[in-house]
Amino acid sequence: MNQNLIDYTLHLADTTLILAQRNSEWCGHGPILEQDIAITNISLDLIGQSRNFYQYAAALINLPITIGTANNPADLATEDSLAYLRTEREFKNLLLVEQPNVDWGQTILRQFYFSVYQLYLFQQLQNCKDEQLAAIATKALKEITYHVRWSSEWVIRLGDGTAESHQRMLAAIEELKNYTGEFFIAAGYETPMGIDFALLKQQWEEKTKAVFEEATLPYPEKTFNQSGGKTGTHTEHLGYILAEMQYLQRTYPGAEW
Amino acid sequence: MQLQDLEKIFQDKIDKEIKIEPKDWMPDAYRKTNIRQISQHAHSEVVGMLPEGNWISRAPSLKRKAILIAKVQDEAGHGLYLYSSAETLGTSRDEMLEQLLSGKAKYSSIFNYPTLTWADMGAVGWLVDGAAILNQVMLCRTSYGPYARAMVRICKEESFHQRQGFETLLVLSKGTDEQKAMCQDAINRWWWPSLMMFGPRDSESTNSDQSVKWKIKRKTNDELRQQFIDMIAEQVKVLGMTLPDDKLKWNEERKHYDFGEIDWDEFWAVVKGNGPCNKQRLDARKKAHADGAWVREAALAHAAKKKNRQLQKVA
Repeated sequence: MNQNLIDYTLHLADTTLILAQRNSEWCGHGPILEQDIAITNISLDLIGQSRNFYQYAAALINLPITIGTANNPADLATEDSLAYLRTEREFKNLLLVEQPNVDWGQTILRQFYFSVYQLYLFQQLQNCKDEQLAAIATKALKEITYHVRWSSEWVIRLGDGTAESHQRMLAAIEELKNYTGEFFIAAGYETPMGIDFALLKQQWEEKTKAVFEEATLPYPEKTFNQSGGKTGTHTEHLGYILAEMQYLQRTYPGAEW
Repeated sequence: MQLQDLEKIFQDKIDKEIKIEPKDWMPDAYRKTNIRQISQHAHSEVVGMLPEGNWISRAPSLKRKAILIAKVQDEAGHGLYLYSSAETLGTSRDEMLEQLLSGKAKYSSIFNYPTLTWADMGAVGWLVDGAAILNQVMLCRTSYGPYARAMVRICKEESFHQRQGFETLLVLSKGTDEQKAMCQDAINRWWWPSLMMFGPRDSESTNSDQSVKWKIKRKTNDELRQQFIDMIAEQVKVLGMTLPDDKLKWNEERKHYDFGEIDWDEFWAVVKGNGPCNKQRLDARKKAHADGAWVREAALAHAAKKKNRQLQKVA
């Protein structure tokens, strides 16, 4: 069993799921109907990606069991057992994605930071030696390209828009500035994946700076990198997200839905 | 042309099943009735996102979560088509929204009931969407063209939602004892409110006659309600559940189910704003609108600046 590959796949799955969960909080509460639909759509794309990763992780975990004789279906991992029955110390998502929505500005900035990172990461994963991860990344890139465009446009709109929207974007930059460094700090399980983190960081910074410039927003130079999400040490927010998300599976163990 | 000639041409078209289009002459009352009905329908889609949205964060599996999000998103889309249809009659989305937020415009009372358990996602799909579809199938042939065309598209999605709702309940009905109880409880709570969706009895309804003549409505409230009861009374057997009405019984002579009396006091209380969630639903819409004000202003300001910069470049 390739534990690094499993952990890495779970990291990708958890990150996309938690961001989907956060974005979906907007559903029915967006600033205008068209954008309510847009953010919800991104949420759906991310859930789709997370399901692909969870299903793959489950297959990898089940491999030794299915080869062996113990075939009790309840022992097999599934996308749902991985999403709903792991604890806050087992989740491997990035700290950024569990941060609260706060307002449309912070939600947009969080999405922008993540989508730009995901774009360049998945471009590398397309050529990953693991064919399944490469295939999922390739499929997701079409969606991610749109997420980058949509969130970039909103960063520019809000940065350039009114005094209030500019101020709110400054506040969002301040709130999130310590949560992007984690993108580029490799966890143990990431090392064998052959990701060029230096290139990733360079591409991410270039794109972010370009969009910030157009948005008349200052790029935050001095940051401290909070990290630990990739290995299960989270901010206090994650426990509440999971408590809510997992409530039915935890209350009625073993039930089918 | 004389007014009565215009009215005659208009009614002739309707009688010949020719759709009325935005630029056609139409009586003021026809325009007003359509604006009222279409905007009310649009508001219902948008407010209707709230009770189901309530369970998105807690959906019990990734598949269910994706289905639920997609469904609520479809409702937002329906809201958009319907606002656009109403706009063809000379009202603006802002005006309609203003009327919703001020409480002047109504939306379907059903969304003033709370969604208390996961089974409510099934019951809402099966019963609420099921009741809505009967109305909407009829509206695919309504006389105002843009409304009828919007409804054709909406109906396709709604019937999908209804099947998903039924399937959600079907899984629960085959599940653990707790899930079965959850399923029956949701049916018990949603049954009577879904019958109320068809509106007052024909003898009490103020808008029906003229609407039928103008083919805005093609069936009466009571006809649609009976059709719904006949359909659901059969489907509930597949679930192995019951409907909470001891008077529900097949009438061989009428070839319809007989049923008990709706609690009309409750119906009017909810219509008048005293349902369990009237305040919460409207507050949620007001909050979203108020919280979004700076975003909409920023988008307009940026668009104006961008246009200015382009003009300066050209000059």
